[in-house]
Amino acid sequence: MADAIVSLRNVTKTFPGGVKAVDNVSFDIAQNEFFALLGPSGCGKTTLLRMISGLETPTSGQIIIGGEDMALTPPNKRPTNMVFQSYAVFPHMTVAENVAYGLKVTGVPADETKRRVAEALEMVKLTHLAQRKPDQMSGGQRQRVALARALVKRPKVLLLDEPLSALDAKLRDEMRLELTRLQENVGITFIIVTHDQDEALSMASRIAVMDKGAVQQIATPSELYEQPTSRFIADFIGKVNLINAKVVSSSASKVVCDAKGLGRIELPHVGQAQGDIAIAVRPEKLKISEAQPKGASAIATEGKVRDVAYFGDTSHVVVRCKDDLELAVNVQNDKRAGGAGVERGQQVWIHWAPEDTLVLTE
Amino acid sequence: MDSWKVNPRVFWTLFTPGTFWLLLFFLIPLGWLFHDSFSDKISITETQFTGTLANYIRAFDAVYLTIIWKSVWISAVATALCLLTAYPIAFGICFAPAKWKPLLLLLVILPFWINLLIRTYALIAVFRTQGYLNLVLGWVGLGPYDMLYNDGAVIIGLVYVYMPFMVLPLYATIERLDRSFLEASLDLGGSQVQTFFKVTLPLTMPGIVTGIILVFIPCLGSFLTPAMLGGANAIMIGNVIEDQFKAANDWPFGSALSFLLMYVTFGALALRAFLASRSKGVDV
Repeated sequence: MADAIVSLRNVTKTFPGGVKAVDNVSFDIAQNEFFALLGPSGCGKTTLLRMISGLETPTSGQIIIGGEDMALTPPNKRPTNMVFQSYAVFPHMTVAENVAYGLKVTGVPADETKRRVAEALEMVKLTHLAQRKPDQMSGGQRQRVALARALVKRPKVLLLDEPLSALDAKLRDEMRLELTRLQENVGITFIIVTHDQDEALSMASRIAVMDKGAVQQIATPSELYEQPTSRFIADFIGKVNLINAKVVSSSASKVVCDAKGLGRIELPHVGQAQGDIAIAVRPEKLKISEAQPKGASAIATEGKVRDVAYFGDTSHVVVRCKDDLELAVNVQNDKRAGGAGVERGQQVWIHWAPEDTLVLTE
Repeated sequence: MDSWKVNPRVFWTLFTPGTFWLLLFFLIPLGWLFHDSFSDKISITETQFTGTLANYIRAFDAVYLTIIWKSVWISAVATALCLLTAYPIAFGICFAPAKWKPLLLLLVILPFWINLLIRTYALIAVFRTQGYLNLVLGWVGLGPYDMLYNDGAVIIGLVYVYMPFMVLPLYATIERLDRSFLEASLDLGGSQVQTFFKVTLPLTMPGIVTGIILVFIPCLGSFLTPAMLGGANAIMIGNVIEDQFKAANDWPFGSALSFLLMYVTFGALALRAFLASRSKGVDV
């Protein structure tokens, strides 16, 4: 990537004891991106972030920030700053002292320090609490201190380790919006680590999904949701119906297969497929009807409603079909009366368009 | 645990033996000494309560003030040396691999399992003029030096004896210190040295203060170490008090000195409490 601010080249981290936390990871992050590292706990995403910050040293591979190899650069000399998961706001300093810390230790003149601290506090709306000690503040306020303390350094890259995980649900939504706005305003590359797919999907411009130390897919949020490249991604991002199938024949643009519970179906698919595959379809793409749908193009199957869970705006319906195939269907509750319109035990038809189906060979 | 009001019978069952013990073997003898300190000696074995302040006035004699002052500075130097040595040890144990920690902590407390008198004789064997240290120094053509029976020997002895009391509270505080504070300091551009003085040291202050108190107070009252390692003029206040109760057989004056020493200790604790209330946020 030409305008890459962070480049990872075959980065591997093996911890003493032989655990491979990060396994041969290479990718580029562009200037001004809001980049998310997403994955289940223990997938190596935090280790990767800590290697970018310099707090962890790669076993092998190269980390390049702003065109410079960081191999011999300690964390205090790197153009990155981190917002820690625990915030790590110094308890023995006031808010203003916390924010000023990074400028003082690097010898920024006092008057400039004062001005920049005031600006940073203004940015996170904490000016009125400048003289408070952290133990008199809420979690959300402490996080703002951590943000201001990192941003006041004007880093090339801001690293955020699970920044929202310690906040309650409502505050989390607010902070999510605020972080995206902040990123647009300051024009600094943000790299965020999260295990929460909603967080990654709603904030990031690009997401790297990690599992077992390796990057599984890097894509924009919508690509990741609609074009997952593997069963793991399809299952990890959002909800999905994964159905096992066996390929009968495949051509350049379509696949004919025998799917569990659905019989022989034809799906559009670019690329070769053979043997055992999975077909994936998102619950909101499925339709429920009482009568058999007309028109031969749709994929359809009959089943019995096992469960209806009401969520206000949507209802989640589980239907058991032939061969014990269970399909999850999300129904929009777009009328006040009737809810999902189906009841447990009811015999229904489920159908969807073949182009809403994904063929996953991995 | 429930408040004692909820179940008074259980409370008193648990509480009585300890209270009784403290009352019988601590408070009553202490009260008797307090009473004695206002008494006059009337024969070799008898004292009589007269309410006199003569014992206290005598304690402010220049001879005793000099010894008290000397005890304070010897204890202060020993405490400072303990802190300077123990901090890196405690830090090292905290950052050692988890499987080594119990062994390293055991090594710190191991000397407690050996009688103090024997340990002090062992120190003499090491430091005396024909001792092991001079033997080793002799191999490189140095010495022999007279290292025993002076203030320096007393200080070294006190540092050796009370080191674990400094290491253990420091270890407890450093172990509890959230490493992300240190990482945050490094990440914000602080060097290792800046991180130590601006973050690690202030945040481990509670352990430092506890360690200082745990070492300084027993140092001030010590008598075995100065008696064995110190020369005739390396005498500390503990030795004077011991003399009053034994050789001089002057219990009233010994009691008065003991209580004065206790007041010095209270003064030190009050100072700590004052400092703690001033630095809110850091829980001292």
